[in-house]
Amino acid sequence: MNGIDYALRRIHSGEKSIVTELLRIAERHHVDHEVHYVARDLAEWSREHVRRLADQGARYDLKLDAEADEPRASTERLRATVSTVTGRRPEPGIQLLEDLAHLYLQASDNSLAWEMLAQIAQARHEKDLLSLTAQCHPQNLRQIRWANTMIKTQTPQALSSL
Amino acid sequence: MNDSYGLDRIADPWGERTPYSCGDEWPQRVDEFLGEGVRSSDVDRWVQSASLLHSNGDAMDIAVADGRIVGVRGRALDRVNRGRLDPKDIYGWQSNASPDRLTQPLIRHNGRLAPVNWDTAMARIVDRSRELLAEHGPSSIGFYTSGQLFCEDYYTLTTLARAGIGTDHLDGNTRLCTATAAEALKETFGCDGQPASYSDVDYADTIALFGHNVAETQPVLWMRMLDRLAGREPPRLLVVDPRRTPVAERATVHLAPRPGTNLALMNALLHHLIETGSIDNAYIAEHTVGFDELSKQVAGCSAEWAADVCRVNADDIRRAGELLASAERLLCTVLQGFYQSHQATAAAVQVNNLALVRGMLGRPGCGVLQMNGQPTAENTRECGANGDLPGFRNWENDRHIAQLAELWNVDPLQIPHYGPPTHAMQIFRYAEQGSLKMLWISGTNPAVSLPELSRVRSILGQDDVFVVAQDIFPTETTELADVVLPAATWGEKTGTFTNADRTVHLSEKAIEPPGQARPDLDIFIDYARRMDFRDKDGAPLIRWKDAESAFSAWQRCSAGRPCDYSGLTYEKLRGSSGIQWPCTETSPHGTERLYTKGDFRAAPDDCESYGRDLATGASVEETEYRALNPDGKAIIKAAQYLPPHEDASDEFPYQLITGRTIYQFHTRTKTGRAPQLNNAAPDVWVELSNEDAGALGAREGDLLDVTSPRGTIRGRLRVSNLRPGTVFVPFHYGYWDTTGAAPPDDEPGRAANEATITDWDPVSKQPLFKTSAVRLSVVTEAQQ
Repeated sequence: MNGIDYALRRIHSGEKSIVTELLRIAERHHVDHEVHYVARDLAEWSREHVRRLADQGARYDLKLDAEADEPRASTERLRATVSTVTGRRPEPGIQLLEDLAHLYLQASDNSLAWEMLAQIAQARHEKDLLSLTAQCHPQNLRQIRWANTMIKTQTPQALSSL
Repeated sequence: MNDSYGLDRIADPWGERTPYSCGDEWPQRVDEFLGEGVRSSDVDRWVQSASLLHSNGDAMDIAVADGRIVGVRGRALDRVNRGRLDPKDIYGWQSNASPDRLTQPLIRHNGRLAPVNWDTAMARIVDRSRELLAEHGPSSIGFYTSGQLFCEDYYTLTTLARAGIGTDHLDGNTRLCTATAAEALKETFGCDGQPASYSDVDYADTIALFGHNVAETQPVLWMRMLDRLAGREPPRLLVVDPRRTPVAERATVHLAPRPGTNLALMNALLHHLIETGSIDNAYIAEHTVGFDELSKQVAGCSAEWAADVCRVNADDIRRAGELLASAERLLCTVLQGFYQSHQATAAAVQVNNLALVRGMLGRPGCGVLQMNGQPTAENTRECGANGDLPGFRNWENDRHIAQLAELWNVDPLQIPHYGPPTHAMQIFRYAEQGSLKMLWISGTNPAVSLPELSRVRSILGQDDVFVVAQDIFPTETTELADVVLPAATWGEKTGTFTNADRTVHLSEKAIEPPGQARPDLDIFIDYARRMDFRDKDGAPLIRWKDAESAFSAWQRCSAGRPCDYSGLTYEKLRGSSGIQWPCTETSPHGTERLYTKGDFRAAPDDCESYGRDLATGASVEETEYRALNPDGKAIIKAAQYLPPHEDASDEFPYQLITGRTIYQFHTRTKTGRAPQLNNAAPDVWVELSNEDAGALGAREGDLLDVTSPRGTIRGRLRVSNLRPGTVFVPFHYGYWDTTGAAPPDDEPGRAANEATITDWDPVSKQPLFKTSAVRLSVVTEAQQ
């Protein structure tokens, strides 16, 4: 395995799992409507990243999935129901904070992975890879900022109502 | 002067023309209307006021005879209307005398509302507040106010909520009507504040109206435009609206994009300007940051690309682009068609960008009017009752917090500033979740006006949420309240309010309120006194006692900020035209246009907001903002089009948009009680294109069900000229004049919001009333 393979695999796997994670958050927090809708929009960005990484991977004979895994449909429905039923108790506030914190960390890990890909691409003069990171990494950073903003906004109420 | 007996503003809402030419003064036309059988000689007094039934701020005098309001007359010398009145101004006042008025406080007892005296009602509220503060802290209490109280009311409410209770949960129903206007201005100019002026209509050679059906939302402003159209050198109109409105009928170019695609269209228009070199490079270089980002973002947004997304003709987009490119004096206006749609702020910001890249700002006939829907929404924003801090202060700027703390003489920590003030939809979410246990609603009717009504009713109906409703009539919301407080309204109390172009008017008390009803200001001051809110030296937190002293307190708060009222007094407003803020010692006659020299209020230490990500709503950090915009220039922000969250599907093939009619206001609590207005539009209807009606096999007058995943609306079909695939339903109708608080169990409703989606723009937090997917079915055919 060479360095480019390593960096591509790492960010591909990170972006792939963040799609699933964002969709999971969207369903779990079905009645926190902003979280629900924005998380799905953000998942679209990462879905596109996965596709483009798979395309790039093919140039290096890497077989990378072009599609991210969807959360399983039945679990998704169950989560949505649970979310609606438990939506009236304050404890889901904590669940939301924990989910956002997890998302923040995962997206931050992805940010480092994009950084690695950008660095090796520079070192190896791989212009296509470099331009891919230039387009995708900023969206990854916006995912981090979103998670951070939501944590900041939601924390006072979630914790002071305990 | 018009003879009030010959005046029929139902059949002819805009009246006769008084044509004028570019740059001339708009001629006066004084509209007067007295109630049946009242003659001019019967009028004892004319009392100065302005309209409280839309955002235009039409100045008028109230006719009083024998202690009753008997009519109205436009104020000829006022800059806003030059004597004209619109249908709601002319007929709306009659509701003041309706026998349905709330005249006594009510408390829920054994499930029913029963009359009590003020002491009992206030004691109940104070007891509950104290209990909650002791057990759960300030964040268990929230306030949801209006765009229809007065400036003095909002400032008092803000002071008691933020510094008295210390809660972050205070917002207005302005969230539904004007949040995006405020946010778009903050994103572009660093600070709220309407850049242009109504008088720019007198000079513009091109007026571009984006989602703004001015003919019905601000009829007197439309009269001004009609008079320009009837004069020499008429302006050209560009209209973006999915309906063929009266404004669209007069357009040089009318674009009717699919609901949910405004941003795609805006990006294509900007693309056209940049591609054809129709931009003001000197203005961009001197006064803005961020142009390169915009240039990159719209590079791929050709007319063909947008035509495909918006389903409009590419040539029409190019023609619209040409209008904008060739304008010498371009005035842009924006309203709910953008504000209540998907990607609301992002799209409204692109209108600001149009003005910036064309250098069309701060000169006669050039500028942007980010409008609002309600008469006093500007004051809700200025006073910090709308999810911002008073005086357009920045919650992330410690110096701004220190100013407020000094003004109120409280510890800075007493004023919540650990996050943006909570927006309405989130306040209701906290109530749903159970962490917010008391909600004081003043001057608004969320049980009809918020999206997804079955959810809203269930939140307000929860046992563990203590709901106070302060209003002038029984409403669907008071039906769900624990305590109901009867308020005085327009004509029964004194105060000031500010229209959409920063014009401040004084509205004087003309008559006594009915029964025990009290001015909102008195109610708030009474609550603060009973709660014994004190400053850090033990003095009462609220030291003012009446409207004029509340106004002085607000003036001190506004001083030095963009919305500076320090040069205004009641005396100065009395007898004169309304005056536009900022009005200070150096600008004693007010200020017609902001940013005439690119003098924005966007410097990092001065701005109201560091901005947000236009796609996600994530906050821009202070350090980032300082790096981006150290010199306080206007910020050109680009945004990528994203598809709407709920689009038409096989199961729900139509797109529902809601909106208003010229004859009604909000949930009709006032206009539904003025006979002429009510008869003009007594019931909900469902508007469809001829094509869709044909495909459905439905004819004018058939009873239709409009069903979304949330609920069903039932109304009669009106076939009209709107874009196929789109359904329009007016949002005014509810249940106060039918079944009470809600539709009978499992039956379709009359309120448009039975069907709307709970989703909001992540930037402005304004609910999206114009992107719900629905299906249609014919219930019964019209009787022939």
